[in-house]
Amino acid sequence: MGSNMAEAHPVGFQWVMEAKRKGATVIHVDPRFTRTSAVADLHVPIRAGTDIAFLGGLIHHVLENEAWFTEYVRAYTNAPMLLREDFADTEDLDGLFSGFDPGSGTYDTTSWQYEGGTAPPASGQRDLEQDDAEGSAEEAHEHERGQVAGSGGSPVETWPERDDTMRDPRCVLQVLRRHYARYTPAMVHEICGIPEETFRRVADALVRNSGPDRTSAFCYAVGWTHHTVGVQYIRAASVLQSLLGNIGRPGGGILALRGHASIQGSTDIPTLFDLLPGYIPMPHAHRDEDLASFIESNSGRKGFWGDMDAYTVSLLRAWFGDNATADNDWCFDHLPRLTGDHSSFRTVMDQVDGKVPGYFVIGENPAVGTANARQQRAGLANLEWLVVRDLNMIETATFWKDGPEIETGEMRTEDIGTEVFFLPAAAHTEKDGTFTNTQRLLQWHHKAVEPPGDCRSDLWFYYELGRRIKQRLAGSTDPRDRPLQDLTWDYPVDAHGEPSADAVLREINGSGADGELLPGYTALRNDGSTRCGCWIYCGVYADGVNGSARRRPGGEQDLVAAEWGWAWPMNRRVLYNRASADPSGKPWSERKALIHWDADAGRWTGGDVPDFPVDTAPDYEPPEDARAAEAIGGAEPFVMQADGRAWLHAPAGLADAPIPTHYEPAESPVRNALYGQQANPARQRFDRPDNRLHPEPGTPGAEVFPFVFTTFRVTEHHTAGGMSRWTPYLTELQPEMFLEVSPALAAERGLEHGGWAHVVTARSAIEGRVLVTDRATPLRHGDRVVHQIGVPWHWGPNGLSTGDAANDLLGVALDPNVHIMETKAATCDIRPGRRPRGPALVAFLADRRRAAGLED
Amino acid sequence: MGLRDVLAGWPLVRQLTGTDGLGRGAAARSGRTDAARPRTADADTVTASVCPFCAVGCGQKVWSRDGKVTHVEGDPDSPISRGRLCPKGSSTLSLVTSPSRVTTVRHRRPYGTEWEDLDLDTAVDMIVDRVLDTRRRTWQDTDDQGRYLRRTMGIASLGGATLDNEENYLMKKLYTAMGAIQIENQARI
Repeated sequence: MGSNMAEAHPVGFQWVMEAKRKGATVIHVDPRFTRTSAVADLHVPIRAGTDIAFLGGLIHHVLENEAWFTEYVRAYTNAPMLLREDFADTEDLDGLFSGFDPGSGTYDTTSWQYEGGTAPPASGQRDLEQDDAEGSAEEAHEHERGQVAGSGGSPVETWPERDDTMRDPRCVLQVLRRHYARYTPAMVHEICGIPEETFRRVADALVRNSGPDRTSAFCYAVGWTHHTVGVQYIRAASVLQSLLGNIGRPGGGILALRGHASIQGSTDIPTLFDLLPGYIPMPHAHRDEDLASFIESNSGRKGFWGDMDAYTVSLLRAWFGDNATADNDWCFDHLPRLTGDHSSFRTVMDQVDGKVPGYFVIGENPAVGTANARQQRAGLANLEWLVVRDLNMIETATFWKDGPEIETGEMRTEDIGTEVFFLPAAAHTEKDGTFTNTQRLLQWHHKAVEPPGDCRSDLWFYYELGRRIKQRLAGSTDPRDRPLQDLTWDYPVDAHGEPSADAVLREINGSGADGELLPGYTALRNDGSTRCGCWIYCGVYADGVNGSARRRPGGEQDLVAAEWGWAWPMNRRVLYNRASADPSGKPWSERKALIHWDADAGRWTGGDVPDFPVDTAPDYEPPEDARAAEAIGGAEPFVMQADGRAWLHAPAGLADAPIPTHYEPAESPVRNALYGQQANPARQRFDRPDNRLHPEPGTPGAEVFPFVFTTFRVTEHHTAGGMSRWTPYLTELQPEMFLEVSPALAAERGLEHGGWAHVVTARSAIEGRVLVTDRATPLRHGDRVVHQIGVPWHWGPNGLSTGDAANDLLGVALDPNVHIMETKAATCDIRPGRRPRGPALVAFLADRRRAAGLED
Repeated sequence: MGLRDVLAGWPLVRQLTGTDGLGRGAAARSGRTDAARPRTADADTVTASVCPFCAVGCGQKVWSRDGKVTHVEGDPDSPISRGRLCPKGSSTLSLVTSPSRVTTVRHRRPYGTEWEDLDLDTAVDMIVDRVLDTRRRTWQDTDDQGRYLRRTMGIASLGGATLDNEENYLMKKLYTAMGAIQIENQARI
């Protein structure tokens, strides 16, 4: 679901086809019939933006038919935990949970917690709730949640009450039952447009294929994440898979199909505002916070986050070397502090408002590649200086010369003050380094040739930038320059001045007091004796061997292929694999065995690296004063969670809901059939003239944008096209922008196959060739038909293969946990013929906004 | 060569008169075909690499000769891809050898109407100037409540997700020490 894997991850999809060949049932739930649907056993067309209603329907089915994996659910999930009496569900409050503040549009999540268990701010909200009086925590709280939740659990300090019979009306299982009581097949039909019998086929197939002997997996991509409720999409799958016992077991799981060579690596070693390497949160501004209180408020007592002090001190030692000492709090105050949302969209709006003078854009093309691309270009045009590093002359580098706003007359080149540096980049064949793929596997690519001309690696650029900055500031006595002066920056360079990526990977791996490379994160210490640039990558260079460069042929290995590359953490391939065995340590079934307890040897063993303290026996009960790994009970597989369990209800850590709930997209043609609350009440909104969203359904002006569009990719192009639109073969395969419409919509709007049409929103109008196809399915919603238009987003005006950018159509509305935008469901109009050009486009859009009652 | 020889050499005649009736073997060969050699045969190095497009991480083998990449193919040893590449992965040779690649620094002055040339070393120095100047002008020691900030809100960064881990690491390390916090990536957007 939320993925067209055959098209976007074609070579990975060969394994789905292998599974199908061995008897697996492949079901594709997606608004569009695609190359994935074509080879699936069943394609289920769904209205864009309604997947939680569908998944909620499946959860309802599992709960009502008592089809859950009883022993797994009782022992490994928080189903038996009791919730507080003051918790109120969406069934009680017509689509809101308890704790909502309509003024700020945010939740106080206190009432979502366990009865008798104190859950301080969860992983996603770490480092926020210390200053309560000044409103600072609230400000941070408003924006900063979620990302960290992906990697870790939350601190639960005392043991909550639970009912192992799972009958208590306040236990999580019963709360779930009530929450999903109305997510019936009939409701799924009404909301998603999926016939009841089709829904039942999916539900039966999923239940039949889950349990001790069988497992099912969900694959998703940005079709799930690009929503104002994106995190809750993934949570809904987590609830379902946990109920069915499909987590931590071979063939199970929820697989995030990430879109770029190292997008997983860019999250692990984050170029993201709210994270430090290894999902340690960036500190927020607090009064009198030292490292100890930062750790205290952010790490649980139990589980592997309990050693966060060792990970953080080792990171600070890697960055500031011998300058970081116990006496100066390991240079914790060298880290800048956050005060809220500093994510990309907020920053771009600040650029538009003239608040951000400098901008580096590194291998990225926001001028066509980011939602509300007109706003992105307005931001670029209002900088003092811009550095673009890329292979080709992308739109982000040329907006001032030939961007769409130059053509419409909204901008004049002579008026744009942005100084632009275009620095040509080296290709992957021209540098050493690692990519982390979608399964957390680090793979080393070796340099084949030197880069041409002025082309350099980004490693060279940042090394050189840092070296020169340090040189300039060497004599400074200004305290603000101390972090740069103290920064370790001694990387060996080759004859061409290229720094050694190998040396950087060694720093990331970490070393001990004598410089020896560390074997793994359990070797990290909080006393300054170890250094480590990213704790979850610790062990990639164990024993002085670059594990990411291992290439023992797959044909010589078993299916796990543990000697090809290196997967974090500790070369584990299935996370939480302790759950592949029952509480007593035996595999749930021989067919689905992975890890088991070997009582004779006194250790966990099996076909993967155990994701568990290796000598903790299944019957181990931690003493009360135990902490970190020692506090993990022998039958608690979810070792990053502070209660060791998979969370069906999330007592903390989320900004918008403890239990996934169906809300309509920020722009939808229909009302929410379940609640009075239409869209995610906690979504991030930016109501500005350059970011107008369409009126709610049923209000005046909504009829101006009656159709749904969803953006998508094709195999032959890559994201915003920077690496594909300049290539002749790919251009020949996919030469130009097109729009997918159904025959019914084509008839309604007079669109001709192969002719031109333009899609219109309050933000812009873009044109493309019309592709009339039965693959685009209109869906019935109540008494009306909802038409869905497919809009590929690869194009822009530069390169060999050109076309309008789909991102010009989108407004910015964000998931409040992770600040990710909604691109997969929005409303629009479509008209035959080419769009207006030049100043006529500006007038046309103003007219459309006026018609919809939107202010300019 | 007489007319008869020319005729006899014509592929259609060879297909009709020879043993290759379907014209998919000997009848279709020409002198040029016979002289052709695979690009891989003349390579002086073969390098193990990874596809730079999506996150599946298919194995690639990169052939090069005299410092130029001459061929890119799927690596059959990879347990992930078993030698396969999709259309994008198969286009890697044209990506890295594309004549559209810019290989010199380009500079556009404020309010300028054209690109100008700039020496790489000078360009990096100019960027250092701007970073230090912007950082100085936009520095925040504390907020209005006296809370410690030690940062600049004047320098933002957006990095692509096809960067190496080592590159992201140096970026985060340098920016953080610099006090720049608006550091973002495709991983969010």
